[in-house]
Amino acid sequence: MKKKDAWIQSDGAVSVLVVLLGFLVGTILVALVGKNPLNMYKAILQALSGYNIDNGKMNVRYIGETLNYSVPFILCGLSMGFANRVGLFNIGGEGQYIMGMTVAQIIALLGPQIPVLHWLLALLGAMLIGAIWGGVVGILKAKYEVSEVVSTIMLNYVALYLSRIICLQLPGATTYRTATYPETALITNAFFQKITKNSLLNNGIFFMILAVMAFWFIMEKTSLGYGMRATGFNKEAARASGIPVVRSISISMAISGIFAGLAGGIIALGSFKYGRVIAGMDNYGFDGIAVALVGNSTALGTTLAGMLFGLLKNAQALMQAKQIPKEITFIIQGLIVIFIALRSALRIYKEYLDKRRLQREVGL
Amino acid sequence: MMILNMLPSVLMIVAPILITAIGGMVSEKSGVVNIALEGLMMIGAMSAAAAHVLVEASGMNHTLSLVLAMVIGTGIGGLFSLLHAVAAINLNADQTISGTGINLLASGVTIFASQILFNADRTKEFRMGMQTDALGFYPTAYIALIVVLLSWFVLYKLPFGMHLRACGEHPGAAESVGINVKRIRYIAVLASGMLAGLAGGCVVLTQTIQYTSNTINGRGFIALAAVSFGRWRPAGVAGAALLFGTAQAFAIIANNIPALRVLPTEVFNILPYVVTLIALVLFSGKNYAPAAAGKPYEKGAS
Repeated sequence: MKKKDAWIQSDGAVSVLVVLLGFLVGTILVALVGKNPLNMYKAILQALSGYNIDNGKMNVRYIGETLNYSVPFILCGLSMGFANRVGLFNIGGEGQYIMGMTVAQIIALLGPQIPVLHWLLALLGAMLIGAIWGGVVGILKAKYEVSEVVSTIMLNYVALYLSRIICLQLPGATTYRTATYPETALITNAFFQKITKNSLLNNGIFFMILAVMAFWFIMEKTSLGYGMRATGFNKEAARASGIPVVRSISISMAISGIFAGLAGGIIALGSFKYGRVIAGMDNYGFDGIAVALVGNSTALGTTLAGMLFGLLKNAQALMQAKQIPKEITFIIQGLIVIFIALRSALRIYKEYLDKRRLQREVGL
Repeated sequence: MMILNMLPSVLMIVAPILITAIGGMVSEKSGVVNIALEGLMMIGAMSAAAAHVLVEASGMNHTLSLVLAMVIGTGIGGLFSLLHAVAAINLNADQTISGTGINLLASGVTIFASQILFNADRTKEFRMGMQTDALGFYPTAYIALIVVLLSWFVLYKLPFGMHLRACGEHPGAAESVGINVKRIRYIAVLASGMLAGLAGGCVVLTQTIQYTSNTINGRGFIALAAVSFGRWRPAGVAGAALLFGTAQAFAIIANNIPALRVLPTEVFNILPYVVTLIALVLFSGKNYAPAAAGKPYEKGAS
C-alpha cells in the first residue's frame, strides 16, 4: 500500500507545492486589491510562449527574453546551491555577481580587441574574481569560524561600493555609465537575434548550460563533490573519515563564486553595450538564493526554478501594462521562500502522522 | 568645532541604525537570528511614509500626524516580524531562510502597496517631515538614546532580561527552571520587528520626503553588522552604530570638507563593512555570540 504521506518525502513535490502556494497567495492578494488576477496569468503566458491571448498575435521575442532573463537566475541559483550542498548559506552571490560584472567591464573596455579572445578573457576574468570573492568567505569560515552569512552580507556591500570606485575610473565614465564597448567584447549572437526578433538572447546561454553540466558533474561524479556533500551532511563525520573539511569548504565557496561571477560577466557583456556604474544592486544574487531553495540545490531543479524566475521577470513589464503592479512577482518570490522556510512544518506534521499510526498499530 | 557642527546630521543617520541594531541584538540574545531587519525597516518606512501623507492631507495636527505615522510603522514592522517568529519558534524553520524570505517579500510588498495607494512606484511626497529642536537635533536622536538605555535596563537589571539571555545561551536549562522559552523568544522577535519598523519610520521622516525602493538601502544590514561588531552588548552595539553611522554621514558630507574630497565618497560607505569583517577575524578566537542563536529549540530534545 502506498503511504498517504509519501509526497512529503519528495523534495520535488514539496517544491511544486510551495510554488503553487506562492502563486495562490499572490493571486488572492491581486484580487483583494481589486485587480483581475487573470491579467497576471495572461502576462505570464505571453512571456512564456510569446502568444498574446487578447489579440491572438504571436511574438517570439518574448521567448528569447525569458530564456535570456533565466541565465543569471540559474547561474546565481547554482552559486547558492553549490554552497548549500556543503552546508553553507551563501548570501554573497550578489557581491560575487557585482565583482564579476565589474571585472568583465574593465576587460571589455581595456582588454585586447581580438575577436573571441576579447570576450572570452572578460568572462574568464569575471569567473576568476568570483572565485576569489567567494573563496575568501570559505577561508574566513574554515580558518576563523566567521559566519558565512555575516561575511557574505558585508562583502556584498564592499563589492557594490568598490565597483563604483573602480568603474568611475574607466574610460568615458559618467555618474551612471562608461564608454561604449568595442565590438569584440560583445557576446551577442546574430542567429539568436534573427530567430527571436532581436531579443537580447546571447552566447551567455551556452556558458549557462556548461555551468549546469559542470555543477552536476562535480557534485555527483567526482570525489571532490562527494567530500563536499559529506561535509554538508555531517561535518564531524566527514572530518573523522578523512575528508579535508577546511579544503572542501574553501573550494566549494570558490566554485560557488565562479557561477555568480560568470552571471555578472554575462549580464555585463550580453545585456549592455557599455559598462554600468551601479548605484544599487541588480538582486540576481539575492534571487539566486530563492532559485536554489526552490530547486533543492540540484542541477535540474535549479535550472527549472531559474527559468520560472526568468519568466516572472520577463512578465513584469507585461503585467504593469495590464494594470497589475509588477512587484507582485517579488511578493510571490518572497512568499515562496517563506513557505520553503515553513516546510519544516511538514516534518512536524509527518512526525504527528507517524505517532498516530504507531498508536493505531498498538491498538490505542 | 566642525565635528560639533556635524553632530546633528551624524545623529540623524546613526539613530535609525542604532534603534534597529538594538532590536536585532535583543532577538539574537533570545536565540533567534533576525536577518530580516532590512526588510522590516523597509516595511516600517513605507507604512510610516504612507500614513503621514494620508493623515497630513486630512488636515490633522502636524505633530500628531508624525506620532501616528511612527506608531503605525512600529506596529506593522512588528506584525511582519511575527511571520519570522512563527517560522523560527513554532515550526523550527531555518532562520536564515525565513529572514531572507521576509527581505524579498518586503521589497515587493512596499512598492506594491505604493502602487495601490498612490499609483506610483513610490509613496507620495509628504509636505513636512520631522523638525529639529533648538540644538539642531531630530527627535529620533532622543528616541535612540531611550531605546539603548531601556534595552540595557531590561536585559541586565530585570529578571525578564536575565530569562531572555538564558534562552539564547541555553534554552534547555532555561526551560528546566520554568522559563517559557517560546514566549520569551516571541517577545524578543516582536521587539526587533517593532524597533526595525520604528527605525524605518525615523529614516523616512528625517532623511527624505517619500518612500522609494532605495530609502533603506542597506541600513538594516549595517545594523546587523553593528550587532556582531558590538559583541551583543548594548554599549558595544551603540558604539558600533555610532562608528558606522558616522562613516555613512561622512560619505554624504565629505564633499563639503576639502581635506576629504581627495577620497572617493564610497570609501566611507565601505568602511562599516570592512571594519566588521576585520573585527570578526580578530575576535574569531572567542565567540561572543549567544550560544544558542540561530538554533531551533524543541522542548525535550537535548
